Amino acid sequence: MREPNHDIISQLQQDILRMQGFKSSIRADGQHVQLGPINQAFPNNQFPIAAIHEFLAESTHQQSCSLGFVSGILSTLMNPDRVVLWISKDRTCFPPALPSFNIQPDKIIFIDLKKDKELLWTMEEALKCDALAAVVGEISDISFISSRRLQLAVEKSRVTGFVIRRQPRIVDANSFVSRWRISPLPSEPPTNLPGVGFARWKVELLKIKNGKPGAWDVEWRKGKFRIIQVPETVMLERKIV
Amino acid sequence: MGKRFVSISLRHFRTNWFTIQRPGLRSVPFVLANPDRGRLLITQANRLAMNLGVYPGTALADARAMIPSLQAFRDKPAFFSKLLDQLAEYCIRFTPIVATHPPDGLILDGSGCTHLWEGEKRYLDEIKKRFERLGYEVNLAIADTIGAAWAIARFGNFSISEPAQQINELLPLPPQALRLEIDVVERLNRLGLRTIDHFIRIPRAALRRRFGQPFIQRLDQAIGKEEETIEPIHPIEPYQERLPCLEPIVTATGIEIALQQLLETLSHRMQQEGKGLRIAIFKCYRVDGIVESIEIGTNRPSHNIKHLFKLFEDKISTIEPALGIELFILEAKNIEPVVTTASRLWENSKGLNDDEICELLDRITGKFGSTSIRRYLPDEHYWPERSVKLAGSIDQQPTTPWKIDRPRPLQLLSHPDAIQVTAPIPDYPPMLFRYRGKLHKVIKADGPERIEQEWWLGTGEHRDYYVLEDEEGSRFWIFRSGHYGAEIPQQWFLHGYFA
Repeated sequence: MREPNHDIISQLQQDILRMQGFKSSIRADGQHVQLGPINQAFPNNQFPIAAIHEFLAESTHQQSCSLGFVSGILSTLMNPDRVVLWISKDRTCFPPALPSFNIQPDKIIFIDLKKDKELLWTMEEALKCDALAAVVGEISDISFISSRRLQLAVEKSRVTGFVIRRQPRIVDANSFVSRWRISPLPSEPPTNLPGVGFARWKVELLKIKNGKPGAWDVEWRKGKFRIIQVPETVMLERKIV
Repeated sequence: MGKRFVSISLRHFRTNWFTIQRPGLRSVPFVLANPDRGRLLITQANRLAMNLGVYPGTALADARAMIPSLQAFRDKPAFFSKLLDQLAEYCIRFTPIVATHPPDGLILDGSGCTHLWEGEKRYLDEIKKRFERLGYEVNLAIADTIGAAWAIARFGNFSISEPAQQINELLPLPPQALRLEIDVVERLNRLGLRTIDHFIRIPRAALRRRFGQPFIQRLDQAIGKEEETIEPIHPIEPYQERLPCLEPIVTATGIEIALQQLLETLSHRMQQEGKGLRIAIFKCYRVDGIVESIEIGTNRPSHNIKHLFKLFEDKISTIEPALGIELFILEAKNIEPVVTTASRLWENSKGLNDDEICELLDRITGKFGSTSIRRYLPDEHYWPERSVKLAGSIDQQPTTPWKIDRPRPLQLLSHPDAIQVTAPIPDYPPMLFRYRGKLHKVIKADGPERIEQEWWLGTGEHRDYYVLEDEEGSRFWIFRSGHYGAEIPQQWFLHGYFA
């Protein structure tokens, strides 16, 4: 008799929280980012929503792959009809490519700025705005204090932040929840057909708070992440450029 | 003290307006005409044309037969009724109660105002002078009733009707002066009643039987037996708030307090009228006579004090108070009605229409300019650079769906970069290519996808696009410009990177 009671109570608690406009780390509509086995690396086995994720892009190709991976995650976060702010300088992202990642590009507002300082100010303001689904920022270097400020903004508003670090000069400690590196892998067209196959990446989770880092081969196929194989789980390459 | 009304007859104000716009027309006879039952009918003629015998109501073709060089312009009734309203607003300087009397008249309630101009004669002279300076010919008269003033302004040869004397002064005027219907006037003329004097002593009952009640009413209104009401115009008060200071303000805190107070009063008014501002200017009048001002703009009309204050707050530091500011003025330049949507308490998936997002964008615009914010909509072009267009407004929706039938790279270079390739002809993808000194060996390739130049938009060769993957798995989007040719050097370019 204990079990159903517990269910009802937790259900009621959820309802009360929702009525008060409170967002739990699981989205109110029950959608969470489907990353398959990668989810096991996260605390609570769930992709951290109210947090900032850092992506290291040491080359243009890693930059593209990071954009692809982030777009894949955004497609869930933006569902349905939510807005993303994309803040960058010298932006290269080409909106017509985004529909193949299940994103309506007209739901993304691009902010093109000239200086890092402007970029950080805008990111902080944007991360404070809880009507946004997520904020993507392309910046090369960020100080510990700035990262702390962004993290504090996120903890209050519960917006997801993505910082894509294009050719970072110094990679040192910061207060982001995770650090990723996404690099390209050769694609495999089905049954040896000619041509280029689905986008395939080597996803390395270098750092995660309260979780287990790891590396996976991931393919973006038909609007979903597909994990090709899980190499050795303790592939702790603590090699930080 | 009795009422005194001024009637202003602007018989030629439409032609006058054309003359003001084009001074060259001053010495030329011209008319305004509008299509009416399949011909052009003259609606107004200027004084020169009228001297030559052209009157409103004539067909333009007939008038042209008389004066071959007659110029004609299209009449704009809607515009001129608005112009009349503006002229009425202009007259607010003479009296607080002004009404329009379409099609070409103004009524001013001058009771108790004339002494400010030292008498009625000077009052009328001043009005006349003002209008003539603007370029309008006016006839005007002052009388105890609206009807009498109207009649004397148009048909009398004097302009001041002494108090309570309007009956005597109306007697020699023709019946048209009573603002009657045309057919009533014609009937009176046929009966030989050519002036008001002829019929004013006829018993009322007989007049009513023959000419109807409206005739009696107009007569009574003119001689003052019946009250006539006018509907005065209400000019829109400018959305402006002032705050004079007893002591000059020199600190930022002081400016903030002043701004807060002005915003409260202004947005209170806007809230009640259901309006919001798009552009606002905050002016600070300094003791030394210099005006410092800051301006803000919003993406959507807003009357949210907190939000507007925040927009101004970033710019307060640019104000130099110097010796002090003695007057603050907050002015809303652009006002639009606010569309209020029922706000939901916790659910926040209003998409692009969310107030918070708009307020965030306003702040970004205020700081970095509106050109930093871009939103894209699909455009009906295959040419990659033209396949997106900028959205005009924050909630503009795409008219066509986004295309997903062709592969497009996640990163597009703003300018295609030249590369050196080794490729078998004619249509095979490259085997090798060199970009920025690095040699890439192509393992897998897709293509070509030919995209033709749109000749009506630009010049240049077509492009054959290929998707390539090198031995590291990096995916590229490259194209060859134009056909192969013996003497033309091959033109290959890298244009983007796939994820």
